[in-house]
Amino acid sequence: MATHPGGLTAPGATALAPRPAIRTRKLVRRFGDRDILKELDLTVAPGEFTALLGRSGSGKSTLLRAVARLDHMVAGSGELTVPDRVSLSFQDSRLLPWLRLIDNVTLGLRGPGARERGLTALAEVGLEGRDRSWPHELSGGEQQRAALARALVREPELLLADEPFGALDALTRIKMHDLLRELYERHRPAVLLVTHDVDEAVELADRVLVLEDGRISVDLTVDLPTPRSRRDPRFQEYRDTLLTALGVAQPQPQPQPLTEAKKDSR
Amino acid sequence: MTELLTHTTRPAVPPVKSAAPAVAPASAPKTRRRLGPGRAVPFGRLIGPVLVIALWWAASATGYLDPRILSAPGTVLSTASDLVSSGRLQDNVLISLQRAGLGLFFGVGAGVLLAVAAGLSRTGEYLLDGPLQIKRAIPSLAMLPLLILWLGIGEQMKVTVIALGVAVNMYINTYASLTGIDSRYVELAEGLDLSRAQFIRKVVVPGSLPGFFVGLRLGVTASWLGLIVVEQINATSGIGYMMFQAQQYAQSDVIIVGLVAYGIFGFASDAAVRAVERKVLSWRRTLAG
Repeated sequence: MATHPGGLTAPGATALAPRPAIRTRKLVRRFGDRDILKELDLTVAPGEFTALLGRSGSGKSTLLRAVARLDHMVAGSGELTVPDRVSLSFQDSRLLPWLRLIDNVTLGLRGPGARERGLTALAEVGLEGRDRSWPHELSGGEQQRAALARALVREPELLLADEPFGALDALTRIKMHDLLRELYERHRPAVLLVTHDVDEAVELADRVLVLEDGRISVDLTVDLPTPRSRRDPRFQEYRDTLLTALGVAQPQPQPQPLTEAKKDSR
Repeated sequence: MTELLTHTTRPAVPPVKSAAPAVAPASAPKTRRRLGPGRAVPFGRLIGPVLVIALWWAASATGYLDPRILSAPGTVLSTASDLVSSGRLQDNVLISLQRAGLGLFFGVGAGVLLAVAAGLSRTGEYLLDGPLQIKRAIPSLAMLPLLILWLGIGEQMKVTVIALGVAVNMYINTYASLTGIDSRYVELAEGLDLSRAQFIRKVVVPGSLPGFFVGLRLGVTASWLGLIVVEQINATSGIGYMMFQAQQYAQSDVIIVGLVAYGIFGFASDAAVRAVERKVLSWRRTLAG
């Protein structure tokens, strides 16, 4: 994982390596006269689990939408290569409320056996027997699992996830982390997980990127065995490195309560 | 420094404040004042109409109500049965239903087609939405003189007037619902590489159905309204014609029969649309349940 050739070797050598899951060269995306992505270079190898961190406004979502090729109206330039089968998952489960679960999961699937594949995918995320349910009958966590089934039933070469656990409660989130990692181990798509949670990034991903001001400022390979424990001192090290890169001051007991009190007084 | 001081004094304030409400519950052991309407009585909604008929009956029976102004309920009932046995009521009801039905059919078709054309393409929006929003400001019945000039006073004109009123209602509501489809669902459809046909079938149509049904209910009402007006203009048949004739001969009982017929059809058609709506939109979880 750490020895993938992207980014370091010459373009000629990259052509010989297996086709990358994502490859961008000098990618620019512009809103008005403001460049959100500034000649961004990124290569993600097939089957690589990458997390993308960044403060709000750093361009995380813009990059994800560019890679998903959903930015029709956005001005920009640069090269972008992505595989044919790309699946997306969003912060909300985005299940269509008027379709039953199985129809949501198989939406847009072509060819015979779509229904069987949908049922298998639902079983894989632990929603066996719920195929005839309406989305509103599910809990938030179950809806997000159904969305994951919808993403995986397409057997993607690349899974793009935009803060997929952001709207879940803490307990459900822990379960979803385990499920995502398990599904990843089984299907091995390349993953680009956009998150604002440093712990989540270090726990799940094998490579963590920090996006800052339209460029990738940190490219960190997480060399820890899975499953990972947050109490592992090396976990803490990765965490601190990333927090520093994100410009978050290391916790110091003295100034913290003061800033809290200031917020309260308003 | 001053800021710091205010912060340290702040925690002292809440305990003082909380002392006041602590006393209140002890002096008010009763349950709180109810602000909602309270429990429902079975068939309570029928009380109002029954009371009106009872008053009407009592006023007629005591001779307080002149039969030339308003016939007694009994007279109205016997007139209705006379009209039915002579076949006059059925003939007129049938022709009225046919007019309203045809108008509704063409109006719904035209309204939905226009809404889809305007909602799904920019060209359609630019060409159609403006004129239709302007048309909305002109009551359909105000077009009557022009339509009579163009189409004469036959069935064609009658159905056209009804269809126009229906179409505008259908268009406005279906179009609003269609353009109001959550853009996140459009993004999802793009992300799943849906074809345009799949997108329309799985996202656009189900997503605009709520508005379609609002339009349909208003359209059904509009069709009865249009019917009443066109049947009083040079008509030779229909419930409206029957009532118009009755007015000439001061038969208030026949007029009441006509009004009741309009009322029953209006109520029944609205109930039918609502029943279909409940079935089709069963995925919706609304306050009405």
